[in-house]
Amino acid sequence: MSNLLKKVNWMTLLIPVISVILGLLCGAVIMLVIGYNPVLAYQSIVESIFLQPYYGGETIRAMIPLVLAGLAVAFSFRTGLFNIGVEGQLMVGWLASVACAISLGHLPKILLLPLSIVAGGAAGALWGFIPGFLKARFKVHEVISTIMMNYIALYTTAYLIKNFLYTEGERTPTIPSAASLASPFLANLTQGSRLHWGIIVAIIAVFAMWFLLWKTTKGYELRSVGFSPDASNYAGMSVARNIMLSLTISGIFAGLAGAMEGLGTYQYMTISSAFTGIGFNGIAVALLGLNTPIGVLLAGALFSGLQNGGLTMQANAGVPVELVNIIIALIIFFVGSSYAIKWALSRFSRKGKK
Amino acid sequence: MFKKRIAVLVAFVVVLGSILAGCGNSKSSGNSTSTKKSAFKAGMVTDTGGVDDKSFNQSAWEGLTTYAKDNDLKKGTDVKYLQSTQPSDYSPNLNTMVHQNFNIVYGIGFLMQSDIQKVAEQNPKAQLGIIDAVAVDKSNKPLKNVASITFKEEQGSFLVGVVAGLTTKTNKVGFIGGINSALIKKFENGFKAGVKAVNPDAEVYAQYAGAFDAPDKGRAIAQTLYTKGADIIYASAGNTGNGVFTEAKNRAKNGKKVWVIGVDKDQHDQGMPENVTLTSMVKRVDKAIYDVTKQTKAGDFPGGQVLSFGLKENGVGIAPTTENVSKKALDEVNQYKSKIIDGSIKVPTTDKEFKEYAATLK
Amino acid sequence: MSYAIEMRQIRKEFPGIVANDNITLQVEDGEIHALFGENGAGKSTLMNVLFGLYQPDRGEIYVHGEKAVIHDPNDATRLGIGMVHQHFMLIDKFTVAENIVLGREPKKNGVLDMKEAVKVVRELSEKYGLDVDPEKKVEEITVGMQQRVEILKTLYRGSDILIFDEPTAVLTPIEIQELIEIMKRLVHEGKSIILITHKLKEIFECCDRATVIRRGKNIDTVKISDTNPTELASMMVGRKVHVQVNDAPYNPQGKVLEIEHLNVADARKVEVIKDLNLTVHGGEILGIAGVDGNGQTELIEAIAGLRKTKSGTIKLNNQDVTNQRTRKMIEAGLGYIPEDRQKHGLVLDFSIAENMVLQTYYQKPYAQMGILQNKVIAKKAKKLIQEFDVRTPSEKTHARALSGGNQQKVIVAREVDRSPQLLIAAQPTRGLDVGAIEFIHGKLIEEKKKGKAVLLVSFELDEILHLSDRIAVIYEGYIIDIVSPKETNENELGLLMAGRKKGGSEA
Repeated sequence: MSNLLKKVNWMTLLIPVISVILGLLCGAVIMLVIGYNPVLAYQSIVESIFLQPYYGGETIRAMIPLVLAGLAVAFSFRTGLFNIGVEGQLMVGWLASVACAISLGHLPKILLLPLSIVAGGAAGALWGFIPGFLKARFKVHEVISTIMMNYIALYTTAYLIKNFLYTEGERTPTIPSAASLASPFLANLTQGSRLHWGIIVAIIAVFAMWFLLWKTTKGYELRSVGFSPDASNYAGMSVARNIMLSLTISGIFAGLAGAMEGLGTYQYMTISSAFTGIGFNGIAVALLGLNTPIGVLLAGALFSGLQNGGLTMQANAGVPVELVNIIIALIIFFVGSSYAIKWALSRFSRKGKK
Repeated sequence: MFKKRIAVLVAFVVVLGSILAGCGNSKSSGNSTSTKKSAFKAGMVTDTGGVDDKSFNQSAWEGLTTYAKDNDLKKGTDVKYLQSTQPSDYSPNLNTMVHQNFNIVYGIGFLMQSDIQKVAEQNPKAQLGIIDAVAVDKSNKPLKNVASITFKEEQGSFLVGVVAGLTTKTNKVGFIGGINSALIKKFENGFKAGVKAVNPDAEVYAQYAGAFDAPDKGRAIAQTLYTKGADIIYASAGNTGNGVFTEAKNRAKNGKKVWVIGVDKDQHDQGMPENVTLTSMVKRVDKAIYDVTKQTKAGDFPGGQVLSFGLKENGVGIAPTTENVSKKALDEVNQYKSKIIDGSIKVPTTDKEFKEYAATLK
Repeated sequence: MSYAIEMRQIRKEFPGIVANDNITLQVEDGEIHALFGENGAGKSTLMNVLFGLYQPDRGEIYVHGEKAVIHDPNDATRLGIGMVHQHFMLIDKFTVAENIVLGREPKKNGVLDMKEAVKVVRELSEKYGLDVDPEKKVEEITVGMQQRVEILKTLYRGSDILIFDEPTAVLTPIEIQELIEIMKRLVHEGKSIILITHKLKEIFECCDRATVIRRGKNIDTVKISDTNPTELASMMVGRKVHVQVNDAPYNPQGKVLEIEHLNVADARKVEVIKDLNLTVHGGEILGIAGVDGNGQTELIEAIAGLRKTKSGTIKLNNQDVTNQRTRKMIEAGLGYIPEDRQKHGLVLDFSIAENMVLQTYYQKPYAQMGILQNKVIAKKAKKLIQEFDVRTPSEKTHARALSGGNQQKVIVAREVDRSPQLLIAAQPTRGLDVGAIEFIHGKLIEEKKKGKAVLLVSFELDEILHLSDRIAVIYEGYIIDIVSPKETNENELGLLMAGRKKGGSEA
């Protein structure tokens, strides 16, 4: 697995680590200024996650969709594309998995569960393919089209639930247990958290992204097109096809993230009037994880830890939960600004090597 | 050059970190999460609207703080709220309070229904409450350890409908709902029934924003309805309704007098200084929370019961501020109020019931 | 006497490589001093040390006899050292004058005084014979003029020692002549110049002395009047240089590439290839001579399947391949050394090994069932690196980190190793030093000897004349004439390239 990290040198590794530390420090300063005890706050985060199985379980549970969304963003980044549409792909994946689970509820678990997961991935794939096709065929910039696809997904899923899968409480019915990823075993292990088997799906996805990009010919092509569409074209690769493929695969990861929420965490889908935010956090996770699969896994763990720890921070130290979002924003800010520093550095050194 | 800078940075981080850790150790020794077993503790988990949503989250918190004041409980420890920033936070937040041995934990809003149900099943000893929903187990029976608190919003809406029907000059009034759901339909149908009861010729435009947290949409819809000729809009849409106030104030500034009917709380202040709030349909979440908390303290936790707060229980009604409401309208309101309480009028809650009701008027 | 610049025993190491190993450079007042060496010899590193972009690990710098410590370019500017970069650092949307005064704007009452700026720039440009319009935007002027703006920038900041970093690489022949005049004028006005170059011609045209460095080491400093091109070239490369001549007998075999009545339009739908006919045989090098922009690029792209043709046929080994996809062309036996090696030839952020299989990554033995065989690829890359003398720490090094010559060697290695029936070489030696040119020419001749067809496109007439068995001159999108290098000369080719056929008839 050391291969996973070989693409980055120590300097680039240092940047996210420092950013995290700086983000936490700035958060501490803000807490001090407002009059909260930062040590107690951070202590309650760490203690709850590592010492209380419930919060540990909830953290891992929250990590599942975040990691998958992060992988989706990182994958498209690797091929030179910016997939802002993870949010929408996640929502259609969520609905598709839930719809599949409900409508084919008579099937045995061994068929229904994989089928529902596949349905989520497939819906995400479709939602990713459309902007990919628009980009390859009509040169529509993927940032624009994926943002628009997010809104289409938001309102389409709401419409579909309302008209075809509606039940009281502004949501779909609960999925049959044959399609559920939830596990009494994991729940008992973690004092009743919502931790579910989706974690295995997420880990497989981490491995899959690494294997696909660095071990297969398709991945070679995708990376090549990402780095240099011109040279790839000259070498006989189809740039258009790789763009579509890249966003489609990215969409699969995002769709799976939705399926994990639908089949694991919630067991249903609510009509939402706003985005889940997981897709957008996925961008931050990918950025912090340097777009490497292992990095995304670690960054996803950190973010979900902060988010869940933030809840106990509120309960134990009385620190408003919003502060966690400020800290996350600060971390991203520092990652962003260190990219600027690194960029300047690399420009200097590149000139020197000539 | 850069390396040096990093080194300095790291050094800074380490030093600051150890200082913080140092001062932490001295303090944290005194602190522990264990609580005095004797004290009574009541907590609530907000939905994503947050505790200062000027609506039912805020109202619920007011109920708890009033109770705390009356019973010498400490705010922040004995009575406490946890905010949720995303739907997936509901469950951990509820669990946290249960684990911290709160004597009662309220989930504010029907969005928390399935989370409450799960937490209630996993923690049979916990005592929970939910607003605007009925918590049931898998066989659809009410859960023994959850108090389900519901309101007869249609009754309060009927009364503000009466006010609107008697106040409108254009004979057109508007209704803006948050999300089109069974709950908000109760508001809409109650309101329409009230309008029609006193003013059968008046037209009621009803429209839904699709969101409780979108003031911009609320404003846009208000613009449409006012332009269509409505001079009163009943906004039952949470934070979305704040956009309706914005639009009404804007029109008032330009010399066009239009009214808004507020919801959940007395929203008179919200309409100032242009004074656009005609009246408000108050939903006394605070009172319900106060009552249930009091019962729980007294050892009469109403678990497994579906509590329904209506006009009779003073759980809903029109706002105490009545300066913009005519004497005549107030009289009518009081008459209808007693008719509803004594059961001679049954206020419709669904579209179907409203149709049947409308038929009786003709 | 004291030198304008004296760098003593400069040493600069980068991880894994000693870029400058005790180099001494002495530049006299009022001379043009050439810093001469192959790509990657350490010239730019040395100059970046002088300009304050790098700190030397050891060694001392003296400016006008005084010991100087240069921490950053601001220090260098203060000491009167100015650098004209190879890649211009100008803001396209600003005017010439704005670019020149940027950072040191003349002010009147605290407000930018543009009139004054224009005046100062005009005076400077007249004094040194640098003809530019200060009020034009940079995006509107030619590359040669942009370079003059760069020179003016350094003069405006009061530099009296100017470093030119490979200034001719981006210029046309006429512009090169103009630049040489400018440099002579600057020296005449009392400036000293360090000219970084690997082109012999320029050194003999304008320099007084030259310091030769090779692989980070000082070789010698010589007076130009006391040496000759062959000696200097040998010093640079470290051995006797052989000019590669196509001396293998010309015996053409079957037709490999046949183009008939080809018409191709460019991106703006203007027809740039018009009814072009051309045949290339196995065992020959066919040179295409012509002024840039007469359809060379479009012709090659059409053959390679990168550009759609409008009409006409292209046959490879008697198979109609008109408008085939590029991959099919490559599989049918096309090798292609593209003109822009960094943009089209390499994926710069890929390792050398990955670049070596850019067209063949999906074929056995580099892939099995869609899985890359990284070990096989690495082994292959190592072999090619050795065979083609690519100077790199390892096959895992990114292509971006290589010098231009070594990048080109990677491309040539990849293309030649596939043993293509037809090898297209577009400007294969542009910007390369003598050693690399010699090497690449040798490889092209080798291919011919193996019986392959080579299509060479070049703007350098020397190269065309030295290597070709036949020369086709392209003019406005068609082949105006095909001549034998033995029966022609530069003059005749020059006329053909300008559209004049023998006997003075206008084409």
